[in-house]
Amino acid sequence: MAIKLLLENAHIEGIRSYDVYRKHGGYRSVEKAFKMTPDEIVEEVKKSGLRGRGGAGFPTGLKWSFLAKPEGVPRHLVCNADESEPGTFKDRYLMEFLPHLLIEGLIVSSFALNSNHTYIYIRGEYAWIVDILDQAIAEAKNNGWLGKNILGTGFDCEIYVHRGAGAYICGEETALIESLEGKRGNPRIKPPFPAVQGVWMRPTVVNNVETLAAVVPIINNGGEAYSKIGIGKSTGTKLLSACGNINKPGIYEIDMTCSVEEFIYSDEYCGGIAKGKKLKACIPGGSSVPILPANLLLKTAKGETRIMSYESLADGGFATGSMMGSGGFEVLDEDQCVVRHTMSLARFYNHESCGQCSPCREGTGWMYKILKNLEYGKGKMSDIDLLWDIQRKIEGNTICPLGDAAAWPVAAAIRHFRDEFEWHVLNPDESQKRNYGLAHYADPIHVPAAVG
Amino acid sequence: MTIKFSEEKLNAVKELIARYPEGKQKSALLPLLHMAQDEFGGWLDVPVMDYVAELLSIEPIEVYEVATFYSMFNMKPVGKYMFEVCQTGPCMVNGSDDIIDYIKNKLGITVGQTTPDGMFTLKTVECLGACGYAPMMQLGKTYREHLTKEKIDRIIDECRKNASVNN
Ligand SMILES: Cc1cc2nc3c(=O)[nH]c(=O)nc-3n(C[C@H](O)[C@H](O)[C@H](O)COP(=O)(O)O)c2cc1C
Ligand code: SF4
Ligand code: FES
Repeated sequence: MAIKLLLENAHIEGIRSYDVYRKHGGYRSVEKAFKMTPDEIVEEVKKSGLRGRGGAGFPTGLKWSFLAKPEGVPRHLVCNADESEPGTFKDRYLMEFLPHLLIEGLIVSSFALNSNHTYIYIRGEYAWIVDILDQAIAEAKNNGWLGKNILGTGFDCEIYVHRGAGAYICGEETALIESLEGKRGNPRIKPPFPAVQGVWMRPTVVNNVETLAAVVPIINNGGEAYSKIGIGKSTGTKLLSACGNINKPGIYEIDMTCSVEEFIYSDEYCGGIAKGKKLKACIPGGSSVPILPANLLLKTAKGETRIMSYESLADGGFATGSMMGSGGFEVLDEDQCVVRHTMSLARFYNHESCGQCSPCREGTGWMYKILKNLEYGKGKMSDIDLLWDIQRKIEGNTICPLGDAAAWPVAAAIRHFRDEFEWHVLNPDESQKRNYGLAHYADPIHVPAAVG
Repeated sequence: MTIKFSEEKLNAVKELIARYPEGKQKSALLPLLHMAQDEFGGWLDVPVMDYVAELLSIEPIEVYEVATFYSMFNMKPVGKYMFEVCQTGPCMVNGSDDIIDYIKNKLGITVGQTTPDGMFTLKTVECLGACGYAPMMQLGKTYREHLTKEKIDRIIDECRKNASVNN
């Protein structure tokens, strides 16, 4: 049985309401945290080894310890609920079904960071979740967990939900801050980092929903207990949102020791490839991370079993590995066309580029156009090299990482599936049939082990 | 149409502004634009944006530049019901292209158009965070997931029925 820290109570009827949540041990971590000093809480989070669940995997405790504390200047915690990376829908699940878990984590974290006004920046399309969160906040407040002088500690805290309005870039923390200030979501040039000058030029910590929810079990059970779950620097549990051509799409909590093969084929998780098809490729951590063909997905280039940890997914670097990213796990079966899929992602990044830097603004448009030509049988062999060249020129040359995020999927698709691109050029009439198939990318004799 | 919020809405505006530090009332811009769009016909005409600027004591240009940046704000009139169908990778591999084609044929419009009766607008959008429940679309405040052709038929009927009841 997998260890569940976040979703342990997700199946309980009525857990969305305060009374049921409280009855099942809710808000214990706040009681415990208020007996600690803020620095002790930060220490506990450091000890846990928790890494940011928004995509970059930066150690949370360390991030918190960077927060500047100038005399007389308020500080803010901002929860990043913008969740817009294709393939990712885990934060939505947490907020929709366990809203109090997030509110609890936010209260503890706000206390640790001395944020009296904490904001949840949620993507505008999650409109109904705003109501769920507002209600949870109101319940928490009615029961004395928010407001002035909480539980007689002298600590004041209000949590507000701030709704975005449709812009992937607002998930990038400095764009999010700009958006929270009522501006266009244009990322800022760093430094200064948000920890020094964030929202309204005040010291700010931006953390993902899942990261802040994980603070609850860390405080309840202790950072050390949390750090013992998992493997290496992949401590604790991770939520994965599984989608694509699988039998059981959904949200799964794993400790990061399970193999990729088990995750895809076992009935506890994805339940195998849909319609009895074969596995062709997978994007294991949201659309920005490199796509891997089946053979490199299940085993590393060294022939070791690949597991669902930060380190193992990245084993081999970009040449033969990928990344944990946001945990958006998308599986492609043998019928899917990598060129078409890459084209769709290129369109996404082109649409979402804020337009501030020319390599990103222009480059994403060119990549989309070239991929469209290739997909629709109008491409040339030299286009493949041109595409490679463009992505190289975007990567590392932009204000924010969206440029890299647009470049990597294209690079990985060409790296691992070049003959599929060439096939499109050589077979223009067939190129839209979208069924180039498996070629040599999957191991056709692969029989999932240990799974019936 | 007079462009003015009701007393009740104006109180909500006040409450929204109070969430942000003094002098930082501009932070309430996105929430206010959502309110205004819902209230004044489903899109943001220039006088509507000017009204929002006035409420926040900021320049109209500050509102225009923001409103045009975010995809949820409509800069021109839209139908009573807007089908916003996701077309990004995870939805695509689960048949969103077919769903989009089906809606086009059924309503006789292409992407970006509104039916002549002003009832339906079809829009394609990028990932809405429902990839595991694909294909999907946003309809008003909610998501419609696991779409099939039959389900689209039912949704269209449902919208027509609601419209006739509300008229
Ligand atoms: C283009 C782009 C989009 C992002 N979108 C999100 C998002 O939707 N949610 C999120 O938590 N982090 C997102 N991030 C990462 C944030 O910038 C930031 O690293 C994160 O919120 C930090 O929280 P964490 O340390 O808890 O992961 C995005 C980054 C980039 C470059
Ligand atoms: S990389 Fe793209 S999204 Fe990021 S700041 Fe530059 S133009 Fe904007
Ligand atoms: S790809 Fe359609 S909801 Fe994510």
